[in-house]
Amino acid sequence: MSGIYVVIEDREGRIGRISWEALAASQQLAAQTELPVTAVLVGAETAELAAEVSLRSLAKVVRVEHPLLAVYTADGFTLVLEQFLAAEKPDYVLFPHTYQVRDYAPALATRLGQVLIGDVTAIEEGPVFTRQLMQGRLHGAYRHPGSGPCFVSIQAGAFRPAAETSVAAAEVAVFSPTLEPSQIRTRPGERFRGSAQTVDLGSAQLIVSVGRGIKDAENIPLVQELATALGAELAASRPICDSGWLPLERQVGSSGQTVSPKLYLAVGISGAIQHLVGMKGSECVVAINKDPGAPIFEAADYGIVGDLFEVVPALTAAVKAAKQ
Amino acid sequence: MKIVVAIKQVPERDAQVHLDAAGKWIEESGLEYALNEPDAYALEEALQLKEKHGGEVIVLSAGPERVASTLREALAKGADRAIHIECDDLGSRDALGVARLLAAALKSENPDLVLTGLQSEDLGQGQTGVIVAELLGLPHATLILEIEKIETGLRVKRELEEGWFQTVELPTPAVLTIQSGGAKLRYATLMGIKRAKTKEVRRVMAADLAVEATPVAVLERIMFPQKQKSTQILPGSPKEAAAALVEKLRFEVRVL
Repeated sequence: MSGIYVVIEDREGRIGRISWEALAASQQLAAQTELPVTAVLVGAETAELAAEVSLRSLAKVVRVEHPLLAVYTADGFTLVLEQFLAAEKPDYVLFPHTYQVRDYAPALATRLGQVLIGDVTAIEEGPVFTRQLMQGRLHGAYRHPGSGPCFVSIQAGAFRPAAETSVAAAEVAVFSPTLEPSQIRTRPGERFRGSAQTVDLGSAQLIVSVGRGIKDAENIPLVQELATALGAELAASRPICDSGWLPLERQVGSSGQTVSPKLYLAVGISGAIQHLVGMKGSECVVAINKDPGAPIFEAADYGIVGDLFEVVPALTAAVKAAKQ
Repeated sequence: MKIVVAIKQVPERDAQVHLDAAGKWIEESGLEYALNEPDAYALEEALQLKEKHGGEVIVLSAGPERVASTLREALAKGADRAIHIECDDLGSRDALGVARLLAAALKSENPDLVLTGLQSEDLGQGQTGVIVAELLGLPHATLILEIEKIETGLRVKRELEEGWFQTVELPTPAVLTIQSGGAKLRYATLMGIKRAKTKEVRRVMAADLAVEATPVAVLERIMFPQKQKSTQILPGSPKEAAAALVEKLRFEVRVL
């Protein structure tokens, strides 16, 4: 059977929002290409998840099951999906762009002589797939002119999640791949949390967040003063925490905390997607940046284009005056 | 341990970018280039492994003439030698095409470990390391923050989403993609810069590697993103803009 296949990912037995978004992207592509959509679940025991997925306007759901898939490994997932896709010959294979997909999908595509078009934000007629370049400063339009399945992964937040529908549940089938323990070369351990989280940015109402524009650890107090004046929590983008200028627990983004405050004031943050996914749920975003082309302005309600070393002290003074 | 670090030269992070005449890539004339930051972390991990366990660190990069300066920078930081795949059409190859070049060039080196940054700052595809592993038939792990040598190979700390981590053990030879922030980056010393001048840079012509160059996925054109949200830019001097923002925070956002 040809068509569009979408690989749904679960974590600790639950299907994450990003997988529903990938499903929605598949359905948009289906409307453009008039192809059926098949959802694919990979694991050791996926019956319950398959039943949940089968209610979302699909042609079919396939459970790719093997006891050795209970824990994710790149080798396991690559081998079973290679067998499955080689047999099914799909036109398109879509994935949610998760860390797990980034770990195995490029290898899977390579096995089938293909290349993953990763982190896609839009699908236009053609189909033409849009993805970000230069840390979000530019967009690129990609096409897959050749034959064989076209592999695409979908960026978090780019598509509205597919809704449950009242149509009859799709047929659920099981695919049983062959997989030997010796074929799995890596030994994954248990998941664990980093250092104890003592800062809960997730419940903060006001956040002042600082990025590379601050240039030096010595300048952090400048932003801290603004946060204090506002009564806000101080947060940061990844490079600030990588450099050790602020502790990791204050990091906002895909590898840090996800926040949704009433006010998110981004100081000297360019706005790479890894940061934006962590804060785009904020009610109001304010950006201060010297580069008018910085992608953070795409996400901002209010912007000040200027040198943060001049703007931030002025703002701190104005906030203090307003509070008196 | 013999370690190959695959590095990429990318446009300087703050560079103002313009589209080229064909709208297929950015105008490269006048651009400043730098070492891709995640690759700098990969190089740092390699240098620290060598300091702990001995061995050799080889840096590998594909690209035009200008890439030589980035390779010299890596040599100045402590890499022992470099391989430069001279290639003027890097931009027209897809991730598989570039990985084929790298895999072909490093095959004869038979390294114990291949490291690269998790993604490049220009294309951001984050696939090169995984594809190289697949082409060489080696196990891999991605988004790695720490590497420890153990009897059976390596034990690595892998980053998962939302503040979670995982330890993974894998045999060598292996390929790892390195997440930034796992180690503190070093600067090249004056002595390092001096010594780099005498270190070997082996040049390999891309054409001599005889790998498939036709892309499967084609980047047809690039464009500036369309604004999705109407951002109100507050004009004026820093003081005026700050005063205007405070007004907004008070009366519209109502957080003051």
